[in-house]
Amino acid sequence: MSPDLRRLGARASRKAAPLGALALFLLLYLVYNMLHPRGFSGAVLIQNANESVALVFLAIAQTLPVPLGGLDLSVGAEMTLANCLASELVTGPPLQVALGMAATLLAGTAFGALNGLVVVYGRLQPIIATLATGAIAIGLALILRPRPGGRVDADLSWALTNDLAELVATWNLADPEAAWLRPVAWIPVPILIVLVVALGVWLPFRRSLTGRTVYAIGSAEPAAVLSGLPVARARIAAFTLAGFFAACGGLCLAIQTSSGNADIAQAGTYTLNSIAAVVLGGTSLMGGVGGALGSIVGALLVRTLSFYFRILSVDPLLQPLIEGAVLLAAVSLGALRTLRVRNRLELFR
Amino acid sequence: MTFSQIPPETRPVLIVSGFVLAILVLGTAYTLATAGTAPLLMPGYLLQQLQTGAFLGIVAAGMMMVIVLGHIDLSVPWTMTAAAMVASAVGGLWAIPAGLAVGLAAGLFNGLGVAVLRIPLMIFTLGVDSVLRGLMVAQTAGFAPQDRATGTMRLLAAGKVAGVPAAIFVWLAVSVAIAVLLRRTAFGREIYATGTSEAAAYLAGIRTRRVIVGAFAASGLCAALAGVLLAGFSAKAYQGMGTPFLLPAIAAVVIGGTRILGGQGRYAGTFAGVVLIVLLNSVLSIMQMPEAGRQVIYGRVILCMLLVHGRSARSPS
Amino acid sequence: MPIPEPAIRLSGVSKAFAGSQALDAVDFDCEAGSIHAILGENGAGKSTLIKILAGVLRPDTGEVRLGGRPVRFGSSAEAAAAGIVCVFQELSLIPDLTVAENISVADPPRRFGLIDGGAQRHRAKAVLARIGCDGLDPEMPVRDLSLSRRQMVEVAKALARDPKGLILDEATSALGAQDVETVYRLLADLRARGGSCLFISHRMHEVDRLCDRLSVFRNGRHVETFARGTRSAPEIVRMMIGRDIAAHFPPKPAPAPRAPHLKIDDLRWPPRLTGVDLALGRGEILGLGGLDGQGQKELPLALFGVLRGGSGRVTLGGRTGLPGSPAAARRPPARIALVPEDRKTEGPMLPMSIADNLLAASYDRVSREGIVSPAREAAAVREAIAHLRIKAARPSDAVATLSGGNQQKVVIARWLMTDPDVILLNDPTRGIDMGTKQEIYALMRVLADRGKAILFYSTDYAELIGCADRVAVMSDGRIAAELSGTALTEEALLGAALNIGPSRAPAEALA
Repeated sequence: MSPDLRRLGARASRKAAPLGALALFLLLYLVYNMLHPRGFSGAVLIQNANESVALVFLAIAQTLPVPLGGLDLSVGAEMTLANCLASELVTGPPLQVALGMAATLLAGTAFGALNGLVVVYGRLQPIIATLATGAIAIGLALILRPRPGGRVDADLSWALTNDLAELVATWNLADPEAAWLRPVAWIPVPILIVLVVALGVWLPFRRSLTGRTVYAIGSAEPAAVLSGLPVARARIAAFTLAGFFAACGGLCLAIQTSSGNADIAQAGTYTLNSIAAVVLGGTSLMGGVGGALGSIVGALLVRTLSFYFRILSVDPLLQPLIEGAVLLAAVSLGALRTLRVRNRLELFR
Repeated sequence: MTFSQIPPETRPVLIVSGFVLAILVLGTAYTLATAGTAPLLMPGYLLQQLQTGAFLGIVAAGMMMVIVLGHIDLSVPWTMTAAAMVASAVGGLWAIPAGLAVGLAAGLFNGLGVAVLRIPLMIFTLGVDSVLRGLMVAQTAGFAPQDRATGTMRLLAAGKVAGVPAAIFVWLAVSVAIAVLLRRTAFGREIYATGTSEAAAYLAGIRTRRVIVGAFAASGLCAALAGVLLAGFSAKAYQGMGTPFLLPAIAAVVIGGTRILGGQGRYAGTFAGVVLIVLLNSVLSIMQMPEAGRQVIYGRVILCMLLVHGRSARSPS
Repeated sequence: MPIPEPAIRLSGVSKAFAGSQALDAVDFDCEAGSIHAILGENGAGKSTLIKILAGVLRPDTGEVRLGGRPVRFGSSAEAAAAGIVCVFQELSLIPDLTVAENISVADPPRRFGLIDGGAQRHRAKAVLARIGCDGLDPEMPVRDLSLSRRQMVEVAKALARDPKGLILDEATSALGAQDVETVYRLLADLRARGGSCLFISHRMHEVDRLCDRLSVFRNGRHVETFARGTRSAPEIVRMMIGRDIAAHFPPKPAPAPRAPHLKIDDLRWPPRLTGVDLALGRGEILGLGGLDGQGQKELPLALFGVLRGGSGRVTLGGRTGLPGSPAAARRPPARIALVPEDRKTEGPMLPMSIADNLLAASYDRVSREGIVSPAREAAAVREAIAHLRIKAARPSDAVATLSGGNQQKVVIARWLMTDPDVILLNDPTRGIDMGTKQEIYALMRVLADRGKAILFYSTDYAELIGCADRVAVMSDGRIAAELSGTALTEEALLGAALNIGPSRAPAEALA
């Protein structure tokens, strides 16, 4: 085999997990649309996009702490807190709506930064620290919103949960019949939101020294220290960004439901599914490789599974069981490498 | 004898006991000032509080075994619920054994996942928790099961022996068993060794896989027992009955000075940690603090205690 | 006019790790425009020295000056900013990043604050061309490179930082002849431009060819610095070994033919073990020598049931087959004990009590029906502490409070409690004090006389010669030579380790 071919092969195998997940998702989604009575329609796409967007953001959030060798068990709670906060703030005159959205995202980011500070300067295990801060976030959310309610600006809600044409029409941004708009008018706005945030936040972060350090720590922490990379800063940044993305998810949820709901069970389920999404998307729990794209695909896979429950009229009561089983199966598959370890002492590292 | 002369393992126990006293004093001062009564000093009230604390105490005892190993059992909430539901569904003489068998099975499964597959970051127990939840939701159609707790379950959880709630005796029995297991058996010592350094324990010829599976099985059993008793106390099993116990159980163990990374900790500390949380809860409910506020306070208490113990017991690095 | 200070000067630098003194009041100068070799045995303090210079470790006491200016580096980034760059032996590359990313890892070219991938690639290409690695694809993840390519990327990474002081820690050990020449050329360039280079190597011919000055370290102390050619190779070796503190070894019994208790035929665990043949009798101490990393560490692990997927035939006391786990190895019929190499993570459980550490392998001996008997436990612990003269205030104290030597005694005592037939010692005296070393030597002989079979790996040749009845020298995962009796000399050991015939004199071998 020529060196070029070998290199290509090596590169492909490193992307194999995300690519495999992507292929599986496309296949499953295609079949889903074929089975669906109103398949391949804009309405189904919009509905699915809306159902997926919060989990997609949570999966991106979870992608950062995992390479550092820690889970963030507070992402669901952070999302819930942002959701409740948005249901208080994102209403009223346009300026207040905009400020409310900014404040919501800022609050989530600050909460994430708190996680990072506790983990780095308190030298606590991320899992236990975020379990505790997650309880604080849920408590704050409950104080804000003891029972579901609140309101979110109706125009905003309509514009951001439909297709691009509606977004343009809602705020009279352009002529809804304009020629340039027609080819893209069908695209659901939630997909665009994810794209904008991913391109505007994730990509720059990936191309910063801090972002590189996050991956370097996951890949080989001693080497990262020897190379003089800013290890502490990267850890704090990872949890801070996780808080930001979780807040994005919470904000989207609030915009969709036009209300806030401090639902503890829902927060737990979202956290769990975010982990499943990250694992399915090919981010190694042992640290090192992984990326937002993989996690997005992983989140879509998790969601597609629940779409199937609906059209195959699987008993909805079975849904939690199947979700849990998928998570266990996914992490167990990832753990098969332990069977190949030849020096058992390496198992303990 | 100065504080620094006390063995480091005993110090947290003393700190926690001090906190317990402080809560009693401050809480009594509050009630005297607002209502002119001192319920926290009445044996009847205290026993009643400890009875509700017994369930937490039993969960924390099992959780401690796993934390000494350096792991955390996140499947406790639904292990409790599943055991309670199965026990009340089976009913009759076999109710309690059936419930405990559920806990044992969940614990063994957890242990195998952690010890053999070596799935990191406690994800495995998290997954087992959600599978158990799925099983119970599917089984009971999402509603509270119709079956009621058996007489024995109710007697153990809500009955009284010589004026003292029976649940407290069960808690004490479990406490003695776990304390003896940890301090006085080869298995217990091997848990500490494995929690300190799995590589060193393995090279010392300790069968670390067996130790891990055993500790998780013990945790599952304890959670199941607590679930069965809780069903007896409430007269029936219900969805999500175990969920409020996870954080306080971890908190009690950590407050009691067990090192979160494993290898160190005394059962007396965990016991005192449970008492502290129970009293804290009593004071908060006397002050009519809502559930949301309690969540916030739990979170803060765990973080603070972790920071305190983490700083004092840090090894030079 | 004041005499300019040397480029790098250490004065009174000390560094201790739990229980051992890695550097002891070291004074050391390195001139600008020179290549300076640092020589010493394993554990002489070389690694600690360069880690302090590179900003990875901070000295406990003492001062580091660069060109007369005192410096205190908080991280390797600060050291690099001051011009000191190190090519580490344990590679500092990030496996999941590409070659280009690794070369500019901590200081990438940026545009608008973000990493400029194009410029990064160009920089990598330019640096790689300078070291004759044009063929290397900068976009390749380091994980997919061979060891020698990684080593060259490591060199490129150091070069990209434009160092004034370059430290090479065994950087040529994995390289082929052509790459070694490239590195030599780079160092000569650096010297010509007035830079300085610290060069750590075990290969005397490299040192002789390349370096202007040589410094010898031993046991954390700086022994001597001299110009190239002023000392003969045997003199240098003597300096490294240190005759002046020669240990007293217990007398060896007369050699006698022994029936093998442990017989190893063609044991393989590729790539580390490539066909080991060895026999070991009761009452015998068999030394295991050779250069670092030739399979000496893996052989005891394989015998102890730690390694999976090995092949070969091992007979132990008439039974064939390897134990499947350490738990099986320690019990009858195998009855093997292993004193591991890494005292931080594998030997004692540092935060646990001395008593629990002593009993870790023998809880079954002090308990009845699974319940530990306090009386038997206390008696066993008392006996072990007395037997090995462990200096401890109370058995309940943590092992971490003991000195390195006493920690090691605890691990040895733990295994003696199990009454083993075969004792595997993995460099048991590394980094411990002379007094304890002597006690361990004496103990080994006593145990051998009681009929134990002892396999003793050591990186210290004097120790092997003084203690072992026979020494097997490993090279490339197999036994390259066995030496015993009068043939067991330092020269012969070094010669066999370096794969040079025993007939040649060491001066020649080293030159």
